[in-house]
Amino acid sequence: MFDIGILTAVTLNGLTVGAIYALGALGLTLIYGVLHIINFAHGSTLMMALYACFFLHQRAGVDPYTALLIVPPAFFVLGYAMQRYLIAPLGFGKDINVLLVTLGISIILDNLALYLWTSNTRNIDIPQAQVFIELGMISLALPKVIGVVASIVVGLLFWLLMTQTDLGKAIRAVARERRGARIVGISVDHIFAMSFGIGSACIAVAACLLIPTYYVTPKVGDGFVLIAFTTVVLGGMGSFIGALVGGLFLGVVEAWSGLWLGESLGQIGVFIIFILVLLFKPNGLFGQRNT
Amino acid sequence: MTNMKRQTQVMLVLILALVLIPLFVSSKFWMGFWVMLLFHALIGQSWNILGGYGGQTSYGHAVFFGTGAYVTAVMQTHFGVNAWAGAGVAIAAGAVVGLFIGAVSFRYGLRGSYFALVTLAFAEVFRVLVNAWDFTGSGFGMLLALKPGAAHMQFADRQWFYYLVLLLTIMATGVAMWLESSRFGAHLVAIRENEDAAKALGINTFRVKLKAIVISAALAATAGVFYMQYFLFVDSHIGYGPSMSISALLVPLIGGPGTVLGPFIGALSLGVLSEITKHTMGDSPGANLMAYGVLLLIVLRFLPNGLMGLFRGRS
Repeated sequence: MFDIGILTAVTLNGLTVGAIYALGALGLTLIYGVLHIINFAHGSTLMMALYACFFLHQRAGVDPYTALLIVPPAFFVLGYAMQRYLIAPLGFGKDINVLLVTLGISIILDNLALYLWTSNTRNIDIPQAQVFIELGMISLALPKVIGVVASIVVGLLFWLLMTQTDLGKAIRAVARERRGARIVGISVDHIFAMSFGIGSACIAVAACLLIPTYYVTPKVGDGFVLIAFTTVVLGGMGSFIGALVGGLFLGVVEAWSGLWLGESLGQIGVFIIFILVLLFKPNGLFGQRNT
Repeated sequence: MTNMKRQTQVMLVLILALVLIPLFVSSKFWMGFWVMLLFHALIGQSWNILGGYGGQTSYGHAVFFGTGAYVTAVMQTHFGVNAWAGAGVAIAAGAVVGLFIGAVSFRYGLRGSYFALVTLAFAEVFRVLVNAWDFTGSGFGMLLALKPGAAHMQFADRQWFYYLVLLLTIMATGVAMWLESSRFGAHLVAIRENEDAAKALGINTFRVKLKAIVISAALAATAGVFYMQYFLFVDSHIGYGPSMSISALLVPLIGGPGTVLGPFIGALSLGVLSEITKHTMGDSPGANLMAYGVLLLIVLRFLPNGLMGLFRGRS
């Protein structure tokens, strides 16, 4: 039906988008896995990070790849503070309350952006976007290739952090058994906030990698938040491998359904997968079976 | 029981005050303000029945609202059906969508955040569909022809739209009052408080939740019908976009979820807040919603029972 060359090109493009989804999902799944809360403000965090990259480039001439050294650390601090001083005191530890608190935060952030920066679509031009890498008969824009490589690097760093450091051990301990972790002297509130900070930093990395080939508007997070949820639910809430595989898979699904169903109907593929997974396999493909 | 009686008295006074409002409002602007206020009370009450009393937090109530609005438009423009008859079809369609979403999600035991996410995803699927389909006007949305006259459910004088939405809101509130005094309502509240315990007591939780979502969906679709007749226009973002879903849940959560009067108080406070932000921060987009978000956080922190908690005192 379609030429194999087109299919390969679409699939590869889907994988490059999927790598970014995977990064966003990694942050979300870490927050879910440790705190057992669904962070509805994740998309708005991405939106804010995209604006940060945009303004750093426009006002200070900072390249988005240099911004990788500035934006993720800043968002780590913001995420840490948001969990510790806003979400935890307001949520009272109740699942649905936390969902509402993060919804409230996302309403505030989205509309703050709309108020300050209007609904104009903004994007940046960097010289790297004009460079194309030839892979056989397919050519990919350099930022997309960088995106994939950087996602792999971040994934590896993440894995090292979780398995090789004391912080990673503490995070895993809290995720598994928070009362036990408290008893052995781990500050659970601190670990909660650290996880939220790391999750926010992940989404900020995704923003730096995304901005060269994408755009930013106050509503840009809306689309991403559902995709990130789908990725996380598909991979299994709290599963890191699941987030990576799920992200890549959804990138390809989106690219294919865009090819077959056209631009406007193409988004439906992701949502239908989301509903089906929620209904039939809410623990996801890699999730552990527990409550 | 005295509580019940007190509530009925408050309700009667409120209805009387609302009936008299058009006598004191002469400007078109303020009449529009009161119409939208009651519209929000209506959609808020619809959410309240499922989310406030039943504890099933929907993040995608627009899926029912949009169905009501779109079916109204399709019935009139494509099939030439009379507005009132079309409204009946639209409300039934909303109920069917509610039955479907309820049946699949409750069948598979989706609760809490999972239920919230699945309703959101359903609303997005509908949004993409009507946006892509020429039959529903695709990206352009749907317009209704201007045909003033009670026979077409269109009124040149806003006052009559006001009485229409008042009547609908009173009906929805009647449902909420019935929940507070009926066995079905008690079952629903039991599910909200502890679903497993309710099940253990022999309540058919699946059926009760299904009934609640169908009632709630039908009322949200009614709000959709009213919106279509009032504005004569709908597109995929208005109908199925997240902002209507958020309005539907903010109104009762801020006013007082699971209370009869909560949606009125929520709609009133959000309406007043929106006017205040317009006057203080200018008519720039985003300002009023930002204020809503802040109010939501304040209410969640200090008033878990919404603003109603202020009036109830400690009990």
